[in-house]
Amino acid sequence: MSQRDPDPSGGVRLHVVTGKGGTGKTTAAAALALALAADGGRVLLVEVEGRQGIAELFGRPPLPYEERKVAEARGGGEVFALAVDAEAALLEYLELFYGMRRAGQVLTRFGAVDFATTIAPGVRDVLLTGKAVEAVRRRRGGRRPLGPAADEPHVYRAVVVDAPPTGRIAQFLNVNAEVAGLARIGPVRTQADKVMDTIRSARTAVHFVTLLEEMPAQETADGVAEIVRAGMNPGRLIVNMVREPLFPPEVLAGAERGEVDVEALTQGLKAAQVDRPSETADGLAREVAAHARRVRAEATVRARLDGLGLPMLDLPYLGEGIDTAALYRLADRLAEQGVDR
Amino acid sequence: MSAARLDVDALLGDPEVRTIVCCGSGGVGKTTTAAALGVRAAEMGRGAVVITVDPARRLAQSLGLTELDNTPRPVPLPGAEGSGGSLHAMMLDMKRTFDEIVEAHADPERAREILANPFYQSMSSSFSGTQEYMAMEKLGQLRESGEWDLIVVDTPPSRSALDFLDAPKRLGRFLDGRLIRILAAPARTGAFRLLGAGVGAVTGIISKVVGAQALKDVQSFISSFDAVFGGFQERAERTYRLLQAPGTAFLVVAVPEPDALREADYFMERLAADRMPLAGVVLNRTHRPEADGPPAEEALAASRELEEGGEHPLAAAALLLHARAARLRDREAELRGRLTAAHPRIPVAEVPARAEDVYDIGALREVGEALGEAGPDGVPG
Repeated sequence: MSQRDPDPSGGVRLHVVTGKGGTGKTTAAAALALALAADGGRVLLVEVEGRQGIAELFGRPPLPYEERKVAEARGGGEVFALAVDAEAALLEYLELFYGMRRAGQVLTRFGAVDFATTIAPGVRDVLLTGKAVEAVRRRRGGRRPLGPAADEPHVYRAVVVDAPPTGRIAQFLNVNAEVAGLARIGPVRTQADKVMDTIRSARTAVHFVTLLEEMPAQETADGVAEIVRAGMNPGRLIVNMVREPLFPPEVLAGAERGEVDVEALTQGLKAAQVDRPSETADGLAREVAAHARRVRAEATVRARLDGLGLPMLDLPYLGEGIDTAALYRLADRLAEQGVDR
Repeated sequence: MSAARLDVDALLGDPEVRTIVCCGSGGVGKTTTAAALGVRAAEMGRGAVVITVDPARRLAQSLGLTELDNTPRPVPLPGAEGSGGSLHAMMLDMKRTFDEIVEAHADPERAREILANPFYQSMSSSFSGTQEYMAMEKLGQLRESGEWDLIVVDTPPSRSALDFLDAPKRLGRFLDGRLIRILAAPARTGAFRLLGAGVGAVTGIISKVVGAQALKDVQSFISSFDAVFGGFQERAERTYRLLQAPGTAFLVVAVPEPDALREADYFMERLAADRMPLAGVVLNRTHRPEADGPPAEEALAASRELEEGGEHPLAAAALLLHARAARLRDREAELRGRLTAAHPRIPVAEVPARAEDVYDIGALREVGEALGEAGPDGVPG
């Protein structure tokens, strides 16, 4: 390992993971949480969209609004998970900051909770991001803001958020701007400002999960630009479902031009006693040619992603269906590429 | 077990079908499907318009859409001039659509008040569900204008599957709800006394949490909006009924992956519960090996054998590639089988995965052809 800290995520404690739908954002977030928790750490994995994707991934029943241990990381670490629910977060917030234990009931009865969490612009996102930021700041010895001393250790080494998709990420995180129209002054505004301080600081990084395909890569480029414009820090590009090369470059180059050595293929198929070797060889040659074109397209996309100037992490394609064992393999791959602590 | 094939050409060619709504989770190719349906319909001679919400930039460019301007723009279709059909496309501007409704339903002075209200401004641009609601509103407008023979709608990628069905009701529930009455009622009136204790507490808490200014904005918004609201609610109801009426066809778009199919399953249940006419499922990006070749396990075993021998690296790698493709096909067939078992009456159209992304008219035309070919006389399964 190098002497200097090669890890640009050093010091980051809030990891926001976004990506276009279908890129494996939740899987990448879970693998990242496992990697960050390695060697005795405790990491909180937060879900904000009510999909219960985390529970599904770890093979557990739906998560309640409660921080629950979902996995052990390598070397004795722990991953906790929380499905943040805007309503529950609002009630908790009222109790925590205003001591309004009964207020929640009154508000619920009059539809005010519904109002605040689904209608009032931005309030929902302030509550969701606020909860993640609270977990980042929380120290041992109590949860009230004035409770524990500032030198107490943090409860969580890191917090990983399985965030909304790339198209909405800047708006989701930029809660300050979102509530600006609603509340120019007042407690929600103060809360939003506090949340924003953490989100804009070097302690927060926004990671983008992408595939080596045109559209996810384009959304990633747009998303990175938006995050930078909003004054936040893009972290890494996590390239998901990367396939190992099967053929040497010269074979691919030929195949792209439609030149596959069908004779050599046929000989091989004969040696392996495959039925109808010469017809099968023709078919396989077409598959190799199509594969070569795809590899070329992937290389073009990778070059464009590289041009964004962010560190890239590769996650391998592990076939159909990700189970818990596969998550550990992905976490190991992240660790090998320098993601730890 | 094999499902009925969805006959897309019959659907597009049926003059009774006036609206097609494409729904599905994010990343399944909804916008591409909607655009390809529009291209194919136009080539079949229909006057089609595609409403899209936030399309990928290059796809938007291929449709000649450069800005959100809420106006259907003609899309040139080279080679289809003789069909008698036409294609238009528009990108939804939700704020402008919202503004237009307000302007249509309030007198000019009140409309100005509403449009200038800070609460309205944030609600119209970021209320979760506004986009869904406005997409449906725009659909209603285009349908009523009578200018369009066929309207294809690409629904927004909602966080909850059918927000576009719920949004009008949710907005209605909010604007018609108790809270709004409380906030809108001037203090110390009869309404307050009737509602009993707790009202003061509610406004007190809200004011404490969001601040007094915000509360005032909300209150003044509500009192101006109240007059508009009747028309608003009525429109929402009308659009909802329009969706249920014959002449509308829903297509659930999915890809053969567990998450997307789970969502698709939920969509189908939800559409049935709301008595919305589901025409079928479009399964995008399905994979078939180019060659028949040996089955997955056999190809894998042969590849291993050659790999160990070391004399035929090309054949070993090609067999491994084929084994992967065959395994993927088997997996997709299994997933599709589950979908079919759960919804035996719902027809399905498959669109094979393409080597390159879709972002020009030529590629959209090919996707449209694949959709058409997936019909009864199309490719064998």
